Amino acid sequence: MNSDQAKTAYIFTAESLRKKFRFSEFFAEKLITSVAFLSIAVIILIFFFVFRESLPAFKGKPKATTENKVSAGNKPESYGSSEPATAEQKPETYSGEEKVTTEKKPETYTGAEPTAANKPETNGADKDTSVSADEVNPDASLRPSAKAENEGSLGSLFGSEWFPVSENPRYGMIPLFVGTFKVTLIAILFAAPIAILAALFSSSFASPWLREWIKPAIELLAGFPSVVIGFFALMVMATFFQNLFGYETRLNSFVGGIAMALAAIPIIFTITEDALTAIPATYKEASLALGASKWQTAVFVTLPAATPGIFAAVLLGVGRVFGETMIALMATGNAALSGLNPFESVRTLAATIGAEMAEVVFGDMHYGILFLIGSLLFVFNFSINAIAEFYIKGKLIKKIQGR
Amino acid sequence: MRLKNKIIGGAITSASAVSVILIISIIVIILVVTIIGGKDKISWEFITSFPKEGMMEGGIFPAIYGTALLVIIMSIAAVPFGAITAIYLSEYAHEKSWIAQSIRFAVRTLATVPSIIFGLFGLGFFIQFVGPGMDKWFLGGQLKWAQPNLLWASLTMALLTLPVVIVSVEEAIRTVPRELREASLALGATKWQTIKKVVIPGSISGIMTGTILAVSRGAGEVAPILFTGAAYSLATLPTSVSDQFMNLGYHIYVMSTQSSNVDKTLPIQFATTLVLLMLTFTLNLAAVLIRSSLRRRVK
Repeated sequence: MNSDQAKTAYIFTAESLRKKFRFSEFFAEKLITSVAFLSIAVIILIFFFVFRESLPAFKGKPKATTENKVSAGNKPESYGSSEPATAEQKPETYSGEEKVTTEKKPETYTGAEPTAANKPETNGADKDTSVSADEVNPDASLRPSAKAENEGSLGSLFGSEWFPVSENPRYGMIPLFVGTFKVTLIAILFAAPIAILAALFSSSFASPWLREWIKPAIELLAGFPSVVIGFFALMVMATFFQNLFGYETRLNSFVGGIAMALAAIPIIFTITEDALTAIPATYKEASLALGASKWQTAVFVTLPAATPGIFAAVLLGVGRVFGETMIALMATGNAALSGLNPFESVRTLAATIGAEMAEVVFGDMHYGILFLIGSLLFVFNFSINAIAEFYIKGKLIKKIQGR
Repeated sequence: MRLKNKIIGGAITSASAVSVILIISIIVIILVVTIIGGKDKISWEFITSFPKEGMMEGGIFPAIYGTALLVIIMSIAAVPFGAITAIYLSEYAHEKSWIAQSIRFAVRTLATVPSIIFGLFGLGFFIQFVGPGMDKWFLGGQLKWAQPNLLWASLTMALLTLPVVIVSVEEAIRTVPRELREASLALGATKWQTIKKVVIPGSISGIMTGTILAVSRGAGEVAPILFTGAAYSLATLPTSVSDQFMNLGYHIYVMSTQSSNVDKTLPIQFATTLVLLMLTFTLNLAAVLIRSSLRRRVK
């Protein structure tokens, strides 16, 4: 089109009606599309990098030895040649001693034996040279250190002792799992009934104006930083419950569990409430028309119809408690015990990462194990989310629509 | 029979009402306890002065300043990306397409990933991967970026708060009436022009809510910054993004668990908690109010 036409009358031609190519628009749309993939990219990156950093925990013996040699020039401090090396030497030289820890050592040793036997040549050679050349040659001292690391991993990853910073480090994750499950169980046993009942009240019994108030009020609890809840549990709840029940350790899995329940309640409440209100009004109307009372409708019609949603809500609550760090750090006592007594201190997986990552040497075994725990947490949370998603999407919709 | 029914009904109704009251009273108790514990210590001087005598005396200004810097840089990173993702999801992507579905799934997953995992990611990605790369290419191996600092902590926090922004902006975009969009398109505006002139102005309150919620979340989270940049005690305020910083939540955590004299500093701890709680509480309240007025607009 030219300016004359535009002035007099607008004449539509095939040319003028065709979409004009505007570079800025094209650019903006492509930019928007690519930015939208950021969240997917972040998920993949998280998985990749958290897993990548956990590799030191898996490294095989010969590989670890060579890699240590290469990287030794770059970061000499990180493999502070003395510490792990002495840990390895101890059982060799003082094997006959009366110490309890050294007594235990041979057991974990034998556990690692089969894998050690797979690569006998390099190992045997290392063993012999390292003891003699240890003091003279720093390079050689790296070899037994790698061996000590590896032994810790294979022998005691599923052991019942978590002593990551002792001379003879053991990374048994059983107490951490026991602690995490204990706290999670207590938190969910406390949070789920309260949150579900509250959601039932808000959706079925409360008048509309009351509902308008309850929902935002409970969602305010979700806005409380976990460090504040942890502080409250540490300073107030711990003392209160100790006076109430009279147990010995002030900070234990019970206090931690109750505190985490406070963090889980808003999540379970919100999702349950959404699931309950998503039930079609025809369900309730049919039930009421048949003569059922209000509570009968709520308990026997609405609640069963929303079961998949409630299940998903509890699952997401579990996920929240499982990964909660600050409350666990502050209120559970952080002792890696594996007893089943709820009034005992525990150490959860997430709290272990939070407490130990600051002191760890980058790139060594302990560092790798902590990232391994992180990967486990991530995978666990990812699957919980996927299951919950499936339940909300698939089952609830199918159930409501009667297909 | 009828009596039995009445009793069960009454029990269930009252049990559910008690649960609501219990939850709300927990909120009130936390607020009241923190206010009572911190009210003697809190003052203008406490907020604006530096800590003295190894944290035993003085104020918490550096922690407030560090938290403010953290959330500002975090918002600069998170809000545009979150808003753009929300625009894509609501304006460009088809609801049923696998791309939209998987982006939504990723956003929801991101919202449920434990915050400590973000901390690990920040350490593994920014400090162990990006930082050393930057040092190598820009500074010739000099150690500057490959260590915990304000920038990495803020970016880690931005990832954590991204879903918060996306969800609230999307919610707001959905309140922009379809007719407005259609009118704009009918007048000959292109899709991008419609988004720029109609959709974004219409959803500005949602972007604000998202920012407020993200700031409140970012101010309160501690786990992601534990090893990506927070420091317990610093003599000076951070002057560049490559400095470490103090943070309110981290301050509370360290003071209450690792301080040498927990009892003596208890008033300071309560006052710090009060400041943090008031900050997040006010922000959340503002977001709730904006959001509920938004919901009313839809109705």
